[in-house]
Amino acid sequence: MMSKYLIKGASVLGGERTDLLVADGRFAPLEDSAGATEIDAEGLVALPGLVDLHTHLREPGREDAETVLTGSQAAAKGGFTAVHAMANSMPVADTAGVVEQVYRLGQDAGWTEVRPVGAVTVGLAGQRLAELGAMADSRARVRVFSDDGMCVWDPVLMRRALEYVKAFDGVVAQHAQEPRLTEGAQMNEGEVSAVLGLQGWPAVAEEAIIARDVLLAQHVDSRLHICHVSTAGSVEIIRWAKARGVKVTAEVTPHHLLLTDELVRSYDPVFKVNPPLRSSEDVQALRAALADGTIDVVGTDHAPHPSEAKECEWAQAAMGMTGLETALSVVQHTMVETGLIGWQQVAKITSQTPATIGQLPWQGGSLAIGETAQLTLVDPAARWTVDPQKMATKGRNSPFAGLELPGAVIATFLNGHPTVLNGELNTPTDVGAL
Amino acid sequence: MRHLLSTHDLARADALQILDTAEEMAAVTEREVKKLPALRGRTVVNLFFEDSTRTRISFEAAAKRLSADVINFAVKGSSVSKGESLKDTAQTLEAMSADAVVIRHGASGAPQQLANSGWIDAAVINAGDGTHEHPTQALLDAFTMRRHWAKVRGLNSIGSDLSGLRVAIAGDVLHSRVARSNVWLLKTLGASVTLVAPPTLLPLGVSSWPVAVSYDLDATLDTGVDAMMMLRVQGERMNAAFFPSEREYSRRWGFDDARLARLDSLGLKDTIVMHPGPMNRGLEISSAAADSARSTVLDQVRNGVAVRMAALYLLLSGNSSSAHGSATENFERSK
Ligand SMILES: [Zn+2]
Repeated sequence: MMSKYLIKGASVLGGERTDLLVADGRFAPLEDSAGATEIDAEGLVALPGLVDLHTHLREPGREDAETVLTGSQAAAKGGFTAVHAMANSMPVADTAGVVEQVYRLGQDAGWTEVRPVGAVTVGLAGQRLAELGAMADSRARVRVFSDDGMCVWDPVLMRRALEYVKAFDGVVAQHAQEPRLTEGAQMNEGEVSAVLGLQGWPAVAEEAIIARDVLLAQHVDSRLHICHVSTAGSVEIIRWAKARGVKVTAEVTPHHLLLTDELVRSYDPVFKVNPPLRSSEDVQALRAALADGTIDVVGTDHAPHPSEAKECEWAQAAMGMTGLETALSVVQHTMVETGLIGWQQVAKITSQTPATIGQLPWQGGSLAIGETAQLTLVDPAARWTVDPQKMATKGRNSPFAGLELPGAVIATFLNGHPTVLNGELNTPTDVGAL
Repeated sequence: MRHLLSTHDLARADALQILDTAEEMAAVTEREVKKLPALRGRTVVNLFFEDSTRTRISFEAAAKRLSADVINFAVKGSSVSKGESLKDTAQTLEAMSADAVVIRHGASGAPQQLANSGWIDAAVINAGDGTHEHPTQALLDAFTMRRHWAKVRGLNSIGSDLSGLRVAIAGDVLHSRVARSNVWLLKTLGASVTLVAPPTLLPLGVSSWPVAVSYDLDATLDTGVDAMMMLRVQGERMNAAFFPSEREYSRRWGFDDARLARLDSLGLKDTIVMHPGPMNRGLEISSAAADSARSTVLDQVRNGVAVRMAALYLLLSGNSSSAHGSATENFERSK
């Protein structure tokens, strides 16, 4: 038995203020509002539920770092109604069995839709293709394939993967990192790495793989997605490829939109991430590219780690940052408050386009009557100070800790059910009811 | 100054104070009784995650000459990578009430993390971290250069800086913490620095450093050099395509007999040849150059103790502001 919610006075996609009725899991005509629970949404922006193409949930295998349950709670608090769980779990999500396990854990948890990403190669080893078709045909219905964490370096294997996933409208999401050029890399290669004596991760190691892959994607006419673009040069290559009609999409993380490698001067491992934080010129180029559509989506690359993995020497520290609960605020801070984009475009880059890339037609809608009610209510006037101790994720490794950010997620509706109300976790829903 | 982590952030006044104090310490080491009571009852821990007998002994001698208690804490790299973390080790030292921790670590930034983490209260001295910095080495190099430069100009070294001194640093700059620390400190003290190396052994960001860069050692010598500092070539670089062969390296970038003679033919009679040691004789420096009258290799070792005494004294005597009296004056009073 689904409840009814009448959401009063929200600004839909940042536009005019209107009432929204959620009934039986869908947006419904207002005349059916009798008996609905009212929610005062005066001053709030209504967005379609956020969709993340790039989340690390760590289960199975590293439940000390995160579980599907805690990760999807963090997602709900961040305003997400769907996340794609990257394949670098232990065991790797490279078979129908593992992706079904992750999918089912997500359903059982019920906080957000969890779509497993299938590995491109067996064990992420870059040697043999995983059974992409079996994962696509499984109950998990995998459409996004990635060896994220590792680059599919072998150009023949990359070509075959791009071709093969066409059979089920899949997409290969590449972690672009030339492995030889980044052996031992610790941070962005440049002025700061030269002073700090940390081995550099050159921009060209990302750009060279992207250049190769857009040419491959064009050659075989397949869909390619570039994970976590981090350099101005990568943006130029993607812009060029799009102009030539290549079916390439690209994502940028919130942290690459805000932070630079200057922060590494602290040697605080909370700033260690792959790809590394780059220069302020790169940050400006990434923002501009997200605004003009060259970069299509924001992906969090949420990467929780237990504290001991970060409370150590920089060289030994794990790479990665949490991001689900800060993503929307960082987007507001870097893109909306700078005047680069409006809320309509926020909906596009955080929800609608990721849902299209991931082939989730019941996500990323326009909030029109009849659509499945995936909804996020944001208070753009709120300001809050990031405190990792108060987050739902198990990871305390937020690079934004102590920073004041704008925008608070007030409510998240998954399939018409509020998983977050008044900024707090409510009760889970039965995702399987869909 | 609470810690000595790098020369990059070392103020000119603090650098000069360390060098001036080191002059007084050097005088002490020439006495019959080479010991001062200044740090009696204080505990200095030599925390070495990486083997370096030379540096450890130098710090140990410095601490003992100031009457501090010294604990040598050697942590093998293997036990640290898994299991015992820097944090655990720091907390052990905290429980032992260490007043100063001299840390040598293979990871760049480890001393800074130790100092900033809140895991420990002690003063932290960086004794070499990864490919980042080795500030006391740079200070002892500067001390050596300053004495020489003052003598050449007929000045008193105390209070003087390195204005006008032309220094060339040649070799593996990319991986050298000694080079980094020297670049910043020499600049702070007014010297002009030229880095000479194959392009593969220079960091990509070097263009933003306050130095000149050259790929040609002979051309650099021709422009005039007062101090020629050779850097050690690490064995593992030779097989990692940083340069084609040892032979080619020593011909193009080694300080060999021909270049030693070249100093004479260029009329550079006061030019010194420096090396932080240990040397690869025949690779970056020839035996004749290393043993020549121009070589300061042994002076550098000797000066290392005085400089480290000065650093320990200034960090542990509580008041390191430039206003306080001279080190030996304080010692006299404390008697
Ligand atoms: Zn990745």
